[in-house]
Amino acid sequence: MSVLVILEQRGELKPCAFEAAWAAGRIARAAGMPLHAVYLGPALPGAEQLSGLGIAVVHAFEDASLAHYTSDAYVPLVTGLARELNATVLIGSASALGKELCASVAAQLDVELAQDVLELGWDAGLTARKPIYAGKVLADLRVSSVPAMASLRPNVVAVVRDESPVPEIVRHPVPASAPRIAVKEVTQAPPGTIELTEAKRVVSGGRGIMGPENWPVLKSLCDALGAALGASRAAVDAGWIHHSHQVGQTGKVVSPDLYVACGISGAIQHQAGMRPARIIVAINKDAQANIFNVCDYGIVGDLFEIVPLLTEEIRKVQS
Amino acid sequence: MKVAVLMKRVPDTASVFAVAADGKSVETGGLKYVMSPYDEHAVEEAIRLKEQAGAEVIVLSAGPPETKETLRSALAMGADAAMLVTGAENAGPRGLAKALAAALKRMAPDLVIAGKQAVDDDASQVPERVAELLGIPHASVITRFALSGSVATVDREIEGGSYTLEVPLPALFTTQKGINTPRYPTLPNIMKAKKKEITEVGVAELGLGAGDLAAGMAIESVSLPRQTRLKKIIEGEPAEKVRELVRVLRETEKIL
Ligand SMILES: Cc1cc2nc3c(=O)[nH]c(=O)nc-3n(C[C@H](O)[C@H](O)[C@H](O)COP(=O)(O)OP(=O)(O)OC[C@H]3O[C@@H](n4cnc5c(N)ncnc54)[C@H](O)[C@@H]3O)c2cc1C
Ligand SMILES: Nc1ncnc2c1ncn2[C@@H]1O[C@H](COP(=O)(O)O)[C@@H](O)[C@H]1O
Repeated sequence: MSVLVILEQRGELKPCAFEAAWAAGRIARAAGMPLHAVYLGPALPGAEQLSGLGIAVVHAFEDASLAHYTSDAYVPLVTGLARELNATVLIGSASALGKELCASVAAQLDVELAQDVLELGWDAGLTARKPIYAGKVLADLRVSSVPAMASLRPNVVAVVRDESPVPEIVRHPVPASAPRIAVKEVTQAPPGTIELTEAKRVVSGGRGIMGPENWPVLKSLCDALGAALGASRAAVDAGWIHHSHQVGQTGKVVSPDLYVACGISGAIQHQAGMRPARIIVAINKDAQANIFNVCDYGIVGDLFEIVPLLTEEIRKVQS
Repeated sequence: MKVAVLMKRVPDTASVFAVAADGKSVETGGLKYVMSPYDEHAVEEAIRLKEQAGAEVIVLSAGPPETKETLRSALAMGADAAMLVTGAENAGPRGLAKALAAALKRMAPDLVIAGKQAVDDDASQVPERVAELLGIPHASVITRFALSGSVATVDREIEGGSYTLEVPLPALFTTQKGINTPRYPTLPNIMKAKKKEITEVGVAELGLGAGDLAAGMAIESVSLPRQTRLKKIIEGEPAEKVRELVRVLRETEKIL
């Protein structure tokens, strides 16, 4: 009987790994079970980062061949460990790769999985809150299959560390394998780029930015705020920016503390992506735009005038 | 080459949702149903392969009888045949995937394409499960697909980047927006689709029992997200508005 959490890495442990560990730790405490963690990747970077999360043991599969995720290599190792530990609960991250891994492991273990949950709980069994219908409805679920599996959406919990020590590290051999899938190339965003789904602040532009030549206006605001750049589908479909920046039902769901929508009308499908934001600021020249019905603070005005003033004001108060 | 596409009929998410009397589901009366948006990309990608390489495209769905209408839409886009699996309506993702995998085993496709997520329960796991059950390699959330011989080269999205993968067929992939622009069916193709075959098969016929389909997860209640936005419009001259905004973000919201 134990709770097992999957620690995602990309060279370093990702923020979502600590979030999942923290959430799993709360489950473990409520259920009175030890918390184990599994790490797959090159040499585990700094185990001391894993103190204060209540993890008893980290099971490390360290091998250069595990640097990049493939279902072929990862799924059998995680499945095998979950079986070996007889895990009662298995928690992962609802990142792009984490979702694929969790779904595959759930299939191998022949159990149900609550994917992309916002909250986890323990009430004589695993409970979870999960958005459905593109986030327009929240479902409170109970997962009864064993191990009960869930993946936690990145950036929705605040990790608070306690006094618990650096966990014991148990290194497991990595069997040689002949993966069917070959990772040919890994393209990383330029260093310093903040990933939308992990960002604490997001500035998004829509059709109102008029053309790709105007992104620098928003990028200056991003720099001042330390924000990631998002976009509406209209801006993506116009070819002004890569679709990986799209926020919304067919784009990304973001959960920052601050979301600034510039020149975005506030279509229902865009709302689906920004709904989890704590505070939404809208800048739009049309006082009737729907975005003003779904924001916390609105400024009616021309973004080309407002955004540079805002950037300047933020720089001023920060210095 | 045989390409199978997994397609789900879902409520249009532009709908207004209300909690049903049981507190555990949403009111379904009055909802408009559509092909899940990511599945449109999956169908489109398969039809492109058909056009380029002469593939046979079969669309597979599990769902209630009305699903046939949505399968018809996929046929009108250019798919050759369709199959409806019935009797798995109350299964969870685990059972649903078993039903779809059993149907696919009969079809023995060289390639399976699915959407990355069905926008009703947003389960985000059925295709990966299907691939694992079939024992074929798979990759999710792809934004580019190219085929050379029996090896697919795909770009799969990750946070802040992408992987380029080579995957030997038979394999399964899930599509992300950006891979293509789904076509609208033309009138002649809508007419032609009326004559195409939709095969129906029940779960029992696929060899599935109650244990396979039992859901190990249940919704205990549903609710609508709290939508208490302040909706405060900041008035004044542009410079004043901006100063006031920054002030509230710092002092009231403590964000800056
Ligand atoms: C199945 C489906 C899925 C979809 N998925 C998504 C999705 O994931 N994400 C998404 O965003 N959309 C999505 N859409 C599209 C969505 O319905 C809208 O069409 C889209 O969000 C509109 O983008 P926009 O607000 O940038 O453009 P518009 O609606 O054209 O709005 C532009 C706004 O800019 C304002 N403006 C113009 N100039 C200025 C200026 N100088 N200063 C200030 N304001 C200015 C205008 O007043 C207007 O309100 C989807 C649609 C469908 C059918
Ligand atoms: N009932 C179903 N019938 C056919 N395909 C499905 C069904 N449910 C899910 N899928 C496929 O799996 C994808 C992801 O769905 P889900 O895992 O339910 O979010 C969908 O986009 C479809 O391609």
